[in-house]
Amino acid sequence: MKLPILTTLTAALMCSAAWADEIWVTNEKDDTISVIDIETLEVVRTIDTGERPRGITFSKDFSVVYICASDSDAVQVMDPDTGEILHDLPSGEDPEQFVLHPDNRHLYIANEDDAITTVVDTETRTVVAQIDVGIEPEGMAVSPDGKIAITTSETTSMAHWIDTETQELFANTLVDSRPRHAEFVKDGTELWVSSEIGGTITVFDVATQTEKAKIDFEVANIHPDRVQPVGFEFTTGYTHAFVALGPSNHVAVVNAETYEVEEYILVGRRVWHMDFNRDRTQLFTTNGVSGDVTVIDVASRKPIKSIKVGRFPWGAAFRPTD
Amino acid sequence: MSGTRHALVAMRAIVIREALRFVHQRERFIAALVRPLVWLLVFAAGFRAALGLSISPPYQTYITYETYIVPGLCGMILLFNGMQSSLSLVYDREMGSMRLLLTAPLSRAWLLFSKLLGSTIISILQVYTFLLVAWLFDITLPGWGYLAALPALLLAGLMLGALGLALSSFIKQLENFAGVMNFVIFPMFFLSSALYPLWKMAESSELLHDICAVNPFTHSVELIRFALYVEMNAMALVWTALATAVFMALAVWGYDPARGMMTRKG
Repeated sequence: MKLPILTTLTAALMCSAAWADEIWVTNEKDDTISVIDIETLEVVRTIDTGERPRGITFSKDFSVVYICASDSDAVQVMDPDTGEILHDLPSGEDPEQFVLHPDNRHLYIANEDDAITTVVDTETRTVVAQIDVGIEPEGMAVSPDGKIAITTSETTSMAHWIDTETQELFANTLVDSRPRHAEFVKDGTELWVSSEIGGTITVFDVATQTEKAKIDFEVANIHPDRVQPVGFEFTTGYTHAFVALGPSNHVAVVNAETYEVEEYILVGRRVWHMDFNRDRTQLFTTNGVSGDVTVIDVASRKPIKSIKVGRFPWGAAFRPTD
Repeated sequence: MSGTRHALVAMRAIVIREALRFVHQRERFIAALVRPLVWLLVFAAGFRAALGLSISPPYQTYITYETYIVPGLCGMILLFNGMQSSLSLVYDREMGSMRLLLTAPLSRAWLLFSKLLGSTIISILQVYTFLLVAWLFDITLPGWGYLAALPALLLAGLMLGALGLALSSFIKQLENFAGVMNFVIFPMFFLSSALYPLWKMAESSELLHDICAVNPFTHSVELIRFALYVEMNAMALVWTALATAVFMALAVWGYDPARGMMTRKG
């Protein structure tokens, strides 16, 4: 009689464990990844990586995780179940950010020190192309149809448009000072680029590569120099964007239709990047200086908890575990 | 049984008298509300960026300075009202109504406690009005916190009221109340965790931190702070309860014509 109950309980426990999704956070100064359990909002695992891990992304089927180990000059490929580094990919020098092409095979990597974008085939582990871009490339994006890749260069203050078939630049557009992050939105019809020093986000019409809108930020009682937009993510249906504003310690909520800022949310110090949970009801922001991750309830736009992670958390990536 | 009923009737009468006095002094209600609101909406806005950020219990994440000082301002309402109530006792004594009250055939401690309860209930009403205004300015707390804070506010109110009672037994004339303001209310308020967290005090001076840490007002504010976030701070509870008992005993002793200060005042 007791056995079926025990079996049911065990199955239920296994099931609940299987549903405990995770947020993976790279800790730039600790050379580790902190894994946060979304159910308990606690760090459940800390995994060693190469030196200075920054960009992080999972393969489309979540079977491997790619990590930019900037000071190891490598993109590391890790088994997320075991935390074991499977192999390194040839990434070029100082990889900071990357993006996985929709074909789930090609990684577009920004090499900050070399002013190039490296395209790596993750299956053959070879460099397919190296494209000259502006100085200190950082932000990377690929359009949903996979035809356009974007690199933003910090010092040149440009968004470079790459044709992914020819692996050549076909346009360069100026943005405000020190662009950090880029994203294609609304089925690839718009490109958003954040400028850290300029303190703006530039919205481009992708078809014409022309500027469509510019979003400014102003946080009460915070000096404008400290309002530095970096990473951003969109809610379901691209109705709103959550924008990390660096040392202003706030995240802005932007209406993606009107391009107006609706609200500012207080988070930890030097907020950098972020990712959502499965149904996009919770947002996890990495706060570099305070060494924590703030969890924001998306519906109420209120911070609910800050979770201590390693030193200088940088990137964040969601991992479903079912 | 009839003795208990008699005691309860007396308590009801005293509480109603306090309520009536309060209703007849609407300016007092507005003044009591304006003071913390000025702190919240003017002072806190200026200090928002000046104070560093740090997470300390009961907060789970980063909070604005406005949010931080809300429990302290609840304490401020209770503190000022406790002292105002003591002022009214001095007035009562000068007018002779105090003598009339204390000649009632009931224990002096009971009469004083009834007086204390009456003024505390009025203070709590003011605190909730303040919390409502704060909520309208988007300074919100967890829903259940508003309810969980009630016992904490009651105990803190009783403690500060008891302090007022004890002090009033030592004050001879109304004019001396200014001294209470300078030597009791202000040091008690500023040397507490009402406006700055204790770790911030420790950064500037360990001595200041230690003084704040033994100030019973600090503990009553922390009791309210934790309760507003539906959490219990056992140490703050013990300190506040202990201080209430001590101040109440002092008040009863002070108002005892045989032993206390009343004899000297005649």
